[in-house]
Amino acid sequence: MRPGSEIAQPKTQKVTRSAVRTVSKEEAELKLINRPKPKNVTPLASTKLTPDDIPEFEDTPERRATLELRKKRHWKRRMREWGIFTGYLTPSFVGVLLFFFLPLIMLFVTSFQASPTNAKFVGLRNYERVITNPAFIEASKNTLIFALISVPLAVILALFIAMLLNSGLPGKSLFRSFLLNPMMVPVASVVLIWQVFFSYNGVINGIAEHLSDSFQKIDWLKSEYAFVVVVLLFLWKNLGYNMVLFLAALNSIPHEILESAEMDGAGPVKRFFAIKLHYLSPTIFFVGIMSLINSFKIFREVYLLTGDYPNKLYFLQHFMNNKFTQLDYSMLSSGAIVMCIVMIIIVGGLFFAESKFDKDVEG
Amino acid sequence: MDEIKRIERRKQATLARRHIFTETVKPETFITSLSEEARENFFAGEKKRIETNLKKRKIKKGILTGIGVFVAVLVSALALVPIFFTFLNSFMSSEEIISNYQVVFQSMSGHATQGATYMSRMPVLKLIPEQVTIKQYTTLLFMNPEYLFKYWNSIILTLPIVGGQMIVACLASYSFARYRRKRREVLFFSYIILMLMPFQVTLVPNYMIADTLGILDTIWAIILPGIFSTFAIFLLTKYMRQIPSGYIEAATLDGASEWQIFTNIALPLCKNAIFALTILLFIDYWNMVEQPLVLLIDTAKQPLSVFLSQINEPELGIAFAASSVYMIPPLLIFFWGEDYLVEGISRSGIK
Repeated sequence: MRPGSEIAQPKTQKVTRSAVRTVSKEEAELKLINRPKPKNVTPLASTKLTPDDIPEFEDTPERRATLELRKKRHWKRRMREWGIFTGYLTPSFVGVLLFFFLPLIMLFVTSFQASPTNAKFVGLRNYERVITNPAFIEASKNTLIFALISVPLAVILALFIAMLLNSGLPGKSLFRSFLLNPMMVPVASVVLIWQVFFSYNGVINGIAEHLSDSFQKIDWLKSEYAFVVVVLLFLWKNLGYNMVLFLAALNSIPHEILESAEMDGAGPVKRFFAIKLHYLSPTIFFVGIMSLINSFKIFREVYLLTGDYPNKLYFLQHFMNNKFTQLDYSMLSSGAIVMCIVMIIIVGGLFFAESKFDKDVEG
Repeated sequence: MDEIKRIERRKQATLARRHIFTETVKPETFITSLSEEARENFFAGEKKRIETNLKKRKIKKGILTGIGVFVAVLVSALALVPIFFTFLNSFMSSEEIISNYQVVFQSMSGHATQGATYMSRMPVLKLIPEQVTIKQYTTLLFMNPEYLFKYWNSIILTLPIVGGQMIVACLASYSFARYRRKRREVLFFSYIILMLMPFQVTLVPNYMIADTLGILDTIWAIILPGIFSTFAIFLLTKYMRQIPSGYIEAATLDGASEWQIFTNIALPLCKNAIFALTILLFIDYWNMVEQPLVLLIDTAKQPLSVFLSQINEPELGIAFAASSVYMIPPLLIFFWGEDYLVEGISRSGIK
C-alpha cells in the first residue's frame, strides 16, 4: 500500500489499516533480526569492515584459474608499461652507464690504489694526500669564494635588470636581445678583446693613466683584481640568460594580486618583498642552480685569459688540469671523488631545501 | 478591490518616504557653505593643483624611465662592446693591428715589467680602422687551408653531438616524465648530479673510457660522451612534466599507442624547448676548449676554439678575422631562433 493513497480513504478504514501496519512492523523487525548474513557487500567508507563482510569464495579450480589469470594480466600490463618506458630510456641509460657511471666507479677504485699501474690497496692515503695538499686547499677555497660571490650577484643583478625592463621601458625586447647576445659569443672569440682591455699595458690602464697622472698601473689579470675581472666576465656572460628567466617569472605573477595590494596601500618595496618574491622563489632557486653550474664553467675563460697557473685564480679545475698533465692519476682520482661528494652534498641540500620550502609555500 | 487598495497603500508609502527625505536637513558641507563666486574660484584652484600634480608625476615618471633607459643602454652597451670591437677590428690591416696591440701582448708574454716601462705608450683602441680592408679575411679563407680545416673540425664535432644528444634526450626525458616510480626518480637525481659535475671531474673518466675503447685521439672520444651528456635531459624532463595529464589520457582513450603519444603530443608541445635546447647545446659545444685539448692529441684534429685560444703575437694579424668568422654561426642561429630561445628558457624556470 502506498502511503500517498491514505488521504482519499474514508475514516472508518483507518483502524484496520493501522492494525495491519503494526503487524507488518513486527514482522519486519523479526525479518531484520533473522536476516541472512550478506555474503558479498562492498563496504562503505563509514562502516567498519568485519571479517564477515569479506566475501568468501569457494576454492574451486575455476576460481583459482580466474584469479591467476587476473594476476597475470595485471603483471603483464605493468611489465608492458615498464618495458615501454625503459625502452625509451635505454639509449641514454646505456650511454650514461658506459661513459659516466662506469668510469666513475673505475675512478673510485683507482683512488684507493697506489697508482694505476700498481694496484696495491693503500686505503685512504690518496685522500689524505689530496686534502692536505696546499694547492688543493687554495684551489677549493678560491672556487668556493668565487661561487659564493658570483652566484648571488648573478641572481640579484639579473632580477634587478629584469624588473627594470619589466617596468614599462620602451624597446624591451631590443634590450633583451642585446643582453642575451654575450651568451651566444664563443669565449675564444672575445678573449682577445678582454686581453686588450685588461692586460698590464691594456686599454683600461691606459685610459685611467690618461685621466689622472697619479694613477698606478694595475695588472688586472695577475693581481687580486683578477678576481674582479673574472666575476665581471661571468656576469657579462650569464646575466642575459638569468634575466630572461626572471622576465618570464615576473610576467607570470597574477596582476590582480599586485593591483589589490596597491589599492590597499602597499608601496613598491612592500609589494616586492611580500608578493613578488613569493612568486619568484622557484625561479630564484632555478636561476641559482644554473648559475652554480655556469660558475664551474668559468674555468674556460680563466684558462684562456691567464693560462695554467694563475696567481689568485687557481681554481679546482686548474688543479685537476695540472695534475692531469703531470699524470698524477691517483691524486687526481681522489680529488675528483672528493669534489663529486661535495657536489652531491651541496645539490642534495639545495633540492631538499627547495622541496621543504615548496611545502611551506603551499601549506 | 484589493488591487486598488494595494495601489493606494503603495502611494502612501512613497509619499511618506518622500516626506521623510524632504524633511531631512542637508548637512552643511564645505562646498555648499561657499558662495557662488568663491565656489568657482575654489574649483579653478583645485583644477590647477591637480594639473600641476599630474604634470609633476609625468615628469617624475619621465625622469625615472630616462634613468631606466640609461641604465639599460649602459648595460647593453657593455654587453655589446667586445663583440663590436672584434668585428670592427677584423677589418684593419694586419700591420695596423700589430702596431696597435703589440704593447698588450708584450706585457702578456714573460718579460713584462721591463718591456712595459720601455714602451710607455698606451694601446690604441680604435673603433674605425684607418684603412678598411678585407685582406685579413682573404688570407684567412683562401691562403691558409689550416684555418678552414679547423673550422670544418668544429662543425663535425658540434653537429653530431647536438643532434645525437637531442634525440637521446627526447626519448629519455619522455620516459622520466611519464614513468615516475621511486627508482626512476633516484636515477633522475643521479642524472642531475652528473649534469652538475664540472668537466674536470668527468675528465679522467672520459679519458679512461676513451683509452679502453681505443677511441682516444679520434673525434669519437668527444662525440660519444657529448651525446650522452645529461644536460638536455634535465631541462626537457622539467618541460615535459608540465604537459597536462589530461592530454595524454585523452589520447590513450582514443587508442593512441605510446609512440603516437610521444610523437604527436609530447614532442609538438615541447617544440620551443627543443629549439631552445638545440641552440644552447650548439653554443656550448661550439665553445668547447677543454675536451679537445685533453682528448685530441693531434692538433690537426682540434677545432677552431682551441686554435683561437692559443693565438700569439705572430698570428695576431688574422686573429680578429678568425674570431669574427668563428662568431658568425652562433650569432646567426641566435638571430634566427631568438624567440624560440626566449620562450624555451622562460618556461623552464616557472613551475
